Amino acid sequence: MAKSIKVRAKVKNGETVVKALISHPMETGQRKNKKTGKKFPAHFIQEITCTHNGADVLTADWGTAISKNPYLSFKFNGAKSGDTLKMSWVDNKGESDSIEAKIK
Amino acid sequence: MNNKRRSFIKSSAAAGAFGVAVSAGLVTPRAVMAAWPKAAFEATDLDTAVKGALGDGAMTDSSDIALKAPEIAENGAVVPITVTSNIPNTESISILIPENPTPLTATFNLGSNTAGFVSTRVKMSKTSDVVAVVKSGGKLYSTKLTVKVTIGGCGG
Repeated sequence: MAKSIKVRAKVKNGETVVKALISHPMETGQRKNKKTGKKFPAHFIQEITCTHNGADVLTADWGTAISKNPYLSFKFNGAKSGDTLKMSWVDNKGESDSIEAKIK
Repeated sequence: MNNKRRSFIKSSAAAGAFGVAVSAGLVTPRAVMAAWPKAAFEATDLDTAVKGALGDGAMTDSSDIALKAPEIAENGAVVPITVTSNIPNTESISILIPENPTPLTATFNLGSNTAGFVSTRVKMSKTSDVVAVVKSGGKLYSTKLTVKVTIGGCGG
């Protein structure tokens, strides 16, 4: 899966605000296919990792109740403009993606 | 942050280089994924979910946590939730929805420089409380808010 993550990070008054959008179906495993009556298998992001200068600024464990095409926003201190922020996810099927973004 | 993960990191640190690799961020999350608290995410009641995810079930109500969510969500599939914690040394923020088939929605583990703030969008099957649990110094603090859902986000 390529380029599933869109991330923006901006420094304002010493605080970096990160906003990310991920393209992912986030299938809960409870939704039924109306034609066949079978449930769509679960397919959701389980783990998010966000690092800056090699240190984790945020890691998250997600369940199925996060909305489709997840949005995530958080803030952290200690970064400056031009630094690189790395974000990655892994889902329950073992698929993953990562991105590096320059902090503005 | 859960006990399994703590002991996992401890044991891998004892094993030597691997622990160093994890803390340096050299190993992909895939290797760490074994720590995803499956039991907690599959738990169907609030207490088991909280215990599984955060290690303890005892929560104290706190007014230092600001939970922002719409009073009425027209579409349960996309409910914006923002949690701001003013508790010092906030280690993690969890979002739970007791009326969902599995209450535990997400746990955000914050780095030492990370502000006590997360914003995301969640699914809600029906009208329910939204519970935000903050872990700080080994203690749990919580606050909740009721969100009315007119169209459920599960099942469709």
